[in-house]
Amino acid sequence: MDAISFWAFAAILVIASVLVVGQRNPMHSVFLLIVSFAALSGLYVLLGAPFAAMIQVIVYVGAIMVLFLFVVMLLNTPTEEAPAGGPIRRMFGAGPRHFGAVLSGVFAVELALALRAASTTLPGTDRGTPTPTVYDIGVRLFHEYGFAFEATSVLILVAMVGAIVLARREAR
Amino acid sequence: MLFGISRELIVHLVIIGVVFLALQITAAILVYMERKVAAVIQERYGPYLVGPKGLMQPLADILKLIMKEELRPKGADVVLFYAAPILSATAAFAAFAVIPFGADTTLFGFLDHPIHLAAADVNVGLLVIFAISSMGVYGVVLAGWASNSKYSLLGGLRSSAQMISYELAYGLSFAAVILLAGSLSLRGIVEQQDGYWFGFIPHWYLFLQPLGFLIYLTAGVAETNRAPFDFPEAEQELVAGYHTEYSSMSFALFFLAEYVNMATVAAVATDLFLGGWHGPFPLPPGFEWIWFLVKVFAILFFYIWMRWTLPRYRYDQLMEFGWKWLLPAAVLNLLVTAGAVIYMGW
Repeated sequence: MDAISFWAFAAILVIASVLVVGQRNPMHSVFLLIVSFAALSGLYVLLGAPFAAMIQVIVYVGAIMVLFLFVVMLLNTPTEEAPAGGPIRRMFGAGPRHFGAVLSGVFAVELALALRAASTTLPGTDRGTPTPTVYDIGVRLFHEYGFAFEATSVLILVAMVGAIVLARREAR
Repeated sequence: MLFGISRELIVHLVIIGVVFLALQITAAILVYMERKVAAVIQERYGPYLVGPKGLMQPLADILKLIMKEELRPKGADVVLFYAAPILSATAAFAAFAVIPFGADTTLFGFLDHPIHLAAADVNVGLLVIFAISSMGVYGVVLAGWASNSKYSLLGGLRSSAQMISYELAYGLSFAAVILLAGSLSLRGIVEQQDGYWFGFIPHWYLFLQPLGFLIYLTAGVAETNRAPFDFPEAEQELVAGYHTEYSSMSFALFFLAEYVNMATVAAVATDLFLGGWHGPFPLPPGFEWIWFLVKVFAILFFYIWMRWTLPRYRYDQLMEFGWKWLLPAAVLNLLVTAGAVIYMGW
């Protein structure tokens, strides 16, 4: 049962993620990204981390992607023009695509090395480990990782103040 | 054992089926209730031709919707146009899956061990509801965008802005209850509300969280896009908002989603603030869910009553109310609750 669910979620995740990049219409990309985030949260549930799964949905699907959607809708970005040539030619064409292809190549090599270095069993896949409760997560967050947590919140505050300053520029 | 299937599994499947059907029947009852209550408030008869007292009216409505022609505007985005209503309805039904609606029961001795009366018993149930209700906004936004119509687009944009604004207060009113109960599980929260103060006042969080309950109800109305916060479909300005271009079953799915969402908000309010299936006086074991139903329908009646009594806000008033009044009130409520939990040991 777990194996079926895993492969189903993993397949949805990979296919949706590939399609996100492949879409010409930005609205379709946003929609597919939502699907891939939802599938990722399914994988978290299978790893025995229901809290992380729900936070993933609330934060990414519920908040961040809504903002993406707003930006795409308000800017009304036109559908991207398809460049000439076949699919191979397009992928290794000029400009950002070229850079993207190189970057993904580097990432693939990096991933392969990291997976080889990691032990065969990933942490959390072992069913014997008890699921950390929300209480445990809270205690860890505010004790062990207190500084990082507060530093992140200050960083977000700076971004918020910056956004307000930029948006209210014309008001005197 | 029956054909190698345990009784527990059968009961579980039956419960899932019952929840699914009950939600659809509730939606049908709500349509009838809405029409009748509106009629009484406006001093008219309301539906009275189909069946006794017009009771068959929802059936006639459904038949009409099925028979209608499915229309799609020329410039619409085909995939998203059809995906949007499905997304709306799916999110609405999925949220109800984690809501417990009755005490553990053996179904009068049918089972060896008592089972939970809920489609799925999840220990982070409250977060699941919050997560799924935040997904509901996509159906509305995508419908507005995919229809390729300015009224739909404006309706979709307004709705998403409204839902994001009120989700904060909504979440904070959850948080105060979580603090009191010390649990994210809806079943755990309901079980905390068992018992009575002074022997007759039920131990409901409504009495500890009166402000939280008001905030929850207000934000819940805004989340379900109901009057007086029904901007996405403000008919005088936007024809019918995000579902202007929809007809037939696609429209019916939006309609269904709205009523199911109302039922979900009412059910969560019942579990969080009104003690779930714990009533002012106990019912015989196995029948506790009746209290749950009574409370849910009382809140739903309140919803409908409010829709036909209060006029719609202006859009800027809605935003001002959400950010300048409701959110600070919710933060204050959370702070006071946290203080009470720490220093008074609530």
